[in-house]
Amino acid sequence: MENSSTPPVDERVKSQPFFAKLMQRPELGAIAGVILVVIFFSITADGSMFSLSGFMNFMSPASQLGILAIGAALLMIGGEFDLSIGSMVAFAGLFFAVCVINWGLPLAVAIPLTFVFAGCVGAINGTIVIRSGLPSFIVTLAFLFILRGLSLVGLKAATGGSTQLRGVRDATETDWLTPFFSGDAFPGLFAWLAENGWVETFKNGTPKVPGIPVEILWFVVITLLATYVLLRTPAGNWVFAAGGDTTAASNSGVPVTRVKISLFMLTACCAALVAIITVIDAGSTDARRGFQKEFEAIIAAVIGGCLLTGGYGSAIGAFFGAIIFGMVVIGLTYTDFDQDWFQVFLGGMLLIAVLFNNAIRKRVTGER
Amino acid sequence: MTDDGTFHHGDATGAAPIVEMKNIEKHFGNIIALAGVSFDVRPGECHCLLGDNGAGKSTFIKTMSGVHKPTKGEILFEGKPMSFSTPRDAMEAGIATVFQDLAMIPLMSVTRNFFMGREPTKGKGLLKRFDIDYANEVTMVEMRKMGINLRGPDQAVGTLSGGERQTVAIARAVHFGAKVLILDEPTSALGVRQTSNVLATIDKVRNQGIGVVFISHNVRHALAVGDRFTVLNRGQTLGTAKRGDISPEELQDLMAGGQEMAALEGSLGGTV
Ligand SMILES: Nc1ncnc2c1ncn2[C@@H]1O[C@H](COP(=O)(O)OP(=O)(O)O)[C@@H](O)[C@H]1O
Ligand SMILES: [Mg+2]
Repeated sequence: MENSSTPPVDERVKSQPFFAKLMQRPELGAIAGVILVVIFFSITADGSMFSLSGFMNFMSPASQLGILAIGAALLMIGGEFDLSIGSMVAFAGLFFAVCVINWGLPLAVAIPLTFVFAGCVGAINGTIVIRSGLPSFIVTLAFLFILRGLSLVGLKAATGGSTQLRGVRDATETDWLTPFFSGDAFPGLFAWLAENGWVETFKNGTPKVPGIPVEILWFVVITLLATYVLLRTPAGNWVFAAGGDTTAASNSGVPVTRVKISLFMLTACCAALVAIITVIDAGSTDARRGFQKEFEAIIAAVIGGCLLTGGYGSAIGAFFGAIIFGMVVIGLTYTDFDQDWFQVFLGGMLLIAVLFNNAIRKRVTGER
Repeated sequence: MTDDGTFHHGDATGAAPIVEMKNIEKHFGNIIALAGVSFDVRPGECHCLLGDNGAGKSTFIKTMSGVHKPTKGEILFEGKPMSFSTPRDAMEAGIATVFQDLAMIPLMSVTRNFFMGREPTKGKGLLKRFDIDYANEVTMVEMRKMGINLRGPDQAVGTLSGGERQTVAIARAVHFGAKVLILDEPTSALGVRQTSNVLATIDKVRNQGIGVVFISHNVRHALAVGDRFTVLNRGQTLGTAKRGDISPEELQDLMAGGQEMAALEGSLGGTV
């Protein structure tokens, strides 16, 4: 008979090899996916895909999507969906452009204002979901249309009939905050690397890759922050708990409503960040901005190991999910394949990921 | 745990109640789950709440732990009127509850469940973070005290047996129950050894001056540790009896609603 003085080693457990432990991480599927995709393109694509400039080429769209995917992943772990993030990119983009052009605000005001604005829209989304008890799927589907429609109407009002608002470049060019949201970071470093012949250069000696596109840095920083919050803070524990079982979490003292509404606000702010980056980059905004990004972000999160039922997943997984996405979209241009294989590829990945995640969940919960 | 003399029972008649519930009513739409129930817990006593299925026991303790707001009635906490709007409020006041459904999340580890909503932290300001090492250690120690050796603190709760899960929930409530500990049918999935462990834990907690509310179906378990007994029937109290003022048979009868039980017992030859 065991008693309270028994040492904490349990004779019923086989010692788990490192590999089996690894198998239980939610991001495993996405990492395996990245490896597969890299192998696929190493064989089929032009070698330049995996050069430094090729890398930046696919990481740039991957990052724009990835910032959304991290938000979507956190929200999914918290047990909710947001189908309105794509439209939110357009709506926040409009608000931001109006701030900068029509109101002539400097970025130091326009950017925080855009985040506050997006946060409020996210809070409205979240409050309706929580108060009504309706599935977030249906509430945010409504906002998918509402926000897209408002973006169109708003654009026409702001421009006097056009669906594109131009002039952001002129308004932001000289702002001291612009380099943080657009262009390439560390140009000095890359120039120095080029001087020493450590990176590829053009004939005139300037590096082929002038720097790291800032969205990649944002993406990496946000992923690391999200991972830290999820795994190492009480708030992260609340997110898992709220998504795992709302009633159990609430009965255990987790402020579920506050957690979920904050997550909706965070997701909207991720959309706003993508809007700011892409609007400054393009110099204009239009009503199609962020079109269908909600699906892509959710797919990246699912490929990254998030369960559709909530309570399980990881930001690192969503990070790799988004990279897979970028590699496939851009990678196909380096191959002889028809571009339109992209959607087939994507659907296939999603299906495999969902089947895989389902199996993992059964393992973790011991469900048979 | 059949003999009544196992534990030293508290005599809390003198002390002022920690929680006092007066004429609590709770309606769910047109269902009257509670029709005026009064109840109190004093420091250092174990007050048993008994009653048949659907009597309203769980609903009643949920009004005490902040899950439900009573439709009518008054709650006094340490003599002052109190209205808990969330379970978190009740917890912060020092009321810990083992809910009948345990309030555990299968996908999360034992440690994360144990400290859910009350995570220990280390560091300051922006570096304030979940102290996982400490949480793991406490979880293992508390579980060992309850007679369960976990395979590891990072084991998912979903992989535990029903009894192990119940034990985690009890250990968690005992760890956080500063003033009042509420246990809603905590022994239903437990084996003999774990049950006696839980009853011994209730006794220990009571001796520390904590008020225990113990809900049970099992009159023997209740009699083994209880100081006072309140029987609920169809949303109403049939009265509160002190230990010694009531016999096991009377208690059994009250619980089952009197006559029918007597008839049943006759046909079964007094074995229930
Ligand atoms: N949320 C609810 N909505 C409607 N009816 C409820 C709800 N919770 C409990 N009830 C009803 O209240 C009555 C008492 O339930 P409960 O307190 O769980 O009983 P017990 O714990 O004593 O078995 C039952 O008839 C039950 O159907
Ligand atoms: Mg019950």
